[in-house]
Amino acid sequence: MTAPSVLASAAPRGSGRFRLGGWGVLTVGIAVLLAMPILVVLAHVFIPAGEIWAHLWQTVLSRYVTNTLGLIVGVGAGVTLIGVGTAWLVVMCRFPGRGVFRWALLLPLAVPTYVIAYAYTDLLQFAGPVQTMLREMFDWGRDDYWFPQIRSLGGAIALMSLVLYPYVYLLSRAAFIEQSVCVLEVGRTLGRGPTRLFLGVAVPLARPAIAGGVALALMETLNDFGAVQFFGVDTFTTGIYRTWFGLGEQAAAAQLAACLLVFVFVLLMLERWSRRRARYFHTTGRYRELPQYELRGVRALLACVACALPVVLGFVLPAGLLLEMHLREGDHLFGTRFMGFAWNSLTLATVAAVVAVVLAVIVSYGVRLRQHLVTQLAARVASLGYAVPGSVIAVGVLIPLGWIDSQVNLFAHERFGMTPGLILTGTMVALVYAYVVRFLAVSFNTVEASLGKITPNMDAVSRTLGVSAGTTLRRVHMPIMRGSLFAAGILIFVDVMKELPATVILRPFDFDTLAVRAYELASDERLAQASTSALAIVAVGIIPVIVLSIAMSRSRPGSAGPPAP
Amino acid sequence: MKPSPHRRGSRRPLPVLLIAILVAACSGPSGDELFVYSARHYDTDTQLFDDFTAQTGIRVRLLQGNSDELLERLNREGVASPADVLITVDAGRLWRAEQAGVLQPVESEVLAERVPAHLRHPNGYWFGFSQRLRLIYYNRDAFDPGQVTTYEDLADPSLDGRICVRSSNNIYNQSLLASMVSHHGAAAATEWARGLVANLARAPQGGDTDQILGVAAGECELGVANHYYYVRLLNSEDPDRRAAAERVGIIFPNQDDRGLHVNVGGAGVVRGAPNREHAVRFLEYLASDEAQALFAEGNHEYPVVPGIALDPAIEAWGDFRRDQVNVAELGRHNPEAVRIADRVGWR
Repeated sequence: MTAPSVLASAAPRGSGRFRLGGWGVLTVGIAVLLAMPILVVLAHVFIPAGEIWAHLWQTVLSRYVTNTLGLIVGVGAGVTLIGVGTAWLVVMCRFPGRGVFRWALLLPLAVPTYVIAYAYTDLLQFAGPVQTMLREMFDWGRDDYWFPQIRSLGGAIALMSLVLYPYVYLLSRAAFIEQSVCVLEVGRTLGRGPTRLFLGVAVPLARPAIAGGVALALMETLNDFGAVQFFGVDTFTTGIYRTWFGLGEQAAAAQLAACLLVFVFVLLMLERWSRRRARYFHTTGRYRELPQYELRGVRALLACVACALPVVLGFVLPAGLLLEMHLREGDHLFGTRFMGFAWNSLTLATVAAVVAVVLAVIVSYGVRLRQHLVTQLAARVASLGYAVPGSVIAVGVLIPLGWIDSQVNLFAHERFGMTPGLILTGTMVALVYAYVVRFLAVSFNTVEASLGKITPNMDAVSRTLGVSAGTTLRRVHMPIMRGSLFAAGILIFVDVMKELPATVILRPFDFDTLAVRAYELASDERLAQASTSALAIVAVGIIPVIVLSIAMSRSRPGSAGPPAP
Repeated sequence: MKPSPHRRGSRRPLPVLLIAILVAACSGPSGDELFVYSARHYDTDTQLFDDFTAQTGIRVRLLQGNSDELLERLNREGVASPADVLITVDAGRLWRAEQAGVLQPVESEVLAERVPAHLRHPNGYWFGFSQRLRLIYYNRDAFDPGQVTTYEDLADPSLDGRICVRSSNNIYNQSLLASMVSHHGAAAATEWARGLVANLARAPQGGDTDQILGVAAGECELGVANHYYYVRLLNSEDPDRRAAAERVGIIFPNQDDRGLHVNVGGAGVVRGAPNREHAVRFLEYLASDEAQALFAEGNHEYPVVPGIALDPAIEAWGDFRRDQVNVAELGRHNPEAVRIADRVGWR
């Protein structure tokens, strides 16, 4: 299983000197461009922050750290359990409803964390219908009963796990689908039962994919602002925001952001290190229909419940609550202006998805061709943005683009006596740039995981036949990865649909999206009215998610015809 | 496969598109337009802009967003910014904008005459156009309102575990705390905040509306929130919300001394505004009778110009004494207030 890297030996290593070559330069170039906004913010680190650190240290820092760690551990465990478990059930077992769950399990992906937070709080808080009913039914007073506090660290962990597990489900399911029957059969021959086969063979084999999914979910957790702010759980992200905008201490805020980034970097590197040189390739191309366990009776029921719970709690219930709110007190702008919001959301999401996937392919292929610390570091740096709060990225985008705009204006004023105004900031260019910075990790992780599963022999054969690296990518890798590229695009699409802080700061004049509309109403404490836009985000998000799911179940190699040349 | 000449041609759209975008962007602000950055999210503001356009022929281009982030954007756009006017809520934010150097002073007889002195910046960097009151609410069934008559009373140990207040991340609370600093000094304000935090019924959470609903549901007996959130509940389409508001009574604090804490929604002209004249004209329009009525009506706020008809719901409350400290003071003490909140663990 653990083949030594053929690629590494294909790269000119023996000379002792390392040449980046065209792909390497391209990879590093993209990485620099995408890392710029983050680096610009981090450059504030070198400005002495003065006594503010003493203040943070004495007062709030320990709370930020504990909450952030708690959130990471909790959500990490939650998404792994739900995501891997349901993926295995759906791929390897036969039970009633499996066909529906296969795609329905992805639905919570369309629900933004801040939206599920609004919906559940309305339901479960002290003043909400559930507790009010209990109090009236049993004539309880405030102190007569215990009820879990929804606005708490535990509440945040539960709700985030419910909407973020699809990342893990998606990637580990793809890995399970793509696994070779041979491995499983060998496992069975050696007398492994289903459980040990799952834990001992399938999970380790799918580990890069699972880790990729968990990493996505955790980075999404780290940069979440809306939900934790609403719940009053102070994390690094809310801390950065408060320090930057509330205390006006930009240097200290950047230093907090730097801490967060170092933490993420260490986390990612630890995962890589723990896999060390173990690289997993399927070396045979033998794919048959996967053998499935037929579940009956209680076991079938349990499997059914296990798959239904995340869908109901992560999608059906919150969507139902939103619908109820919408019917009770919806947005009066619902109608033609709404079409405009939706159109803006769709356009932005599509453009950003295409750009991000193309760049992810280039970067991950560059890393594959030139396995060197420089390219690998470049790839990691380029995908750091996912863990950075959107508002920080927005500021990071504003600083260089605003500087360019100012310079252009000064120059034009001196030379031609005119001021052309803004060229980059406040345009779609700035928005798409910010989205790609923020979400490249999503497409990169997906593409990289998929590329990693293509045995290097393919490259070697193609190159031996005298085909260039670019053509090999286009004619060999891309067709094989088609499914994953599509998946990557859809993930970005849905992410951009939900994205808020960067959109709010960077968008052009008179330009609103569904998320912005939802935010405007929510920040004015009109949650019931915000439900209409929130529902629309969910609705628009479901369609690509379902399409993705159908495409994925068809993508098992060997089950369809050979990939088109 | 060699690319045919035809194929090669098809690769050109990208640069062409880029140039088109540049050209479109460069055409920039033209003629009679006014670029407004607004942190108010009220749909009725649209009517305000439409009216202005109808009166003057100047088209309003709008960018809504969060105050702090809009400010950051203004800052970064620098000389290239198309912005003419910044509208935001809370004196703390207006002060921050002035401190960041993104506003310019305006001298206008109309504004000086119509906007009371304590509701605008002494040098004309910004002007308040609506007033919002930070009130105390009590549960009619559980609390005797005579017990609390001032903000200071909220720190009284007898109220242990009975108060709902939202996070100090919220600028309204920062400004309330800043007003305590302004009147009593930092040390006393810290003591007050410490006492208040000790009296909380639950960890600070949710928005202003949630504090009132918490009081209505009996989770706490007292809450602090801006007045228009309460009015909004009273006027809600949802009968449950109206019923909740009915269960809540209002305390107008500090009527026997300095008066209750008032904040403003306001606006200023952006430094380097390309259309400065239009911008000043817009501010003057905001102080006009029509605009003041719209401002008040849209969000149940109090106009700054005396003599404008009030929203019926708040007119019934009658008149009361308001704190006359210049709202610019609230901004000046804002950073201190945030630190005090951190120190006493008001999250």
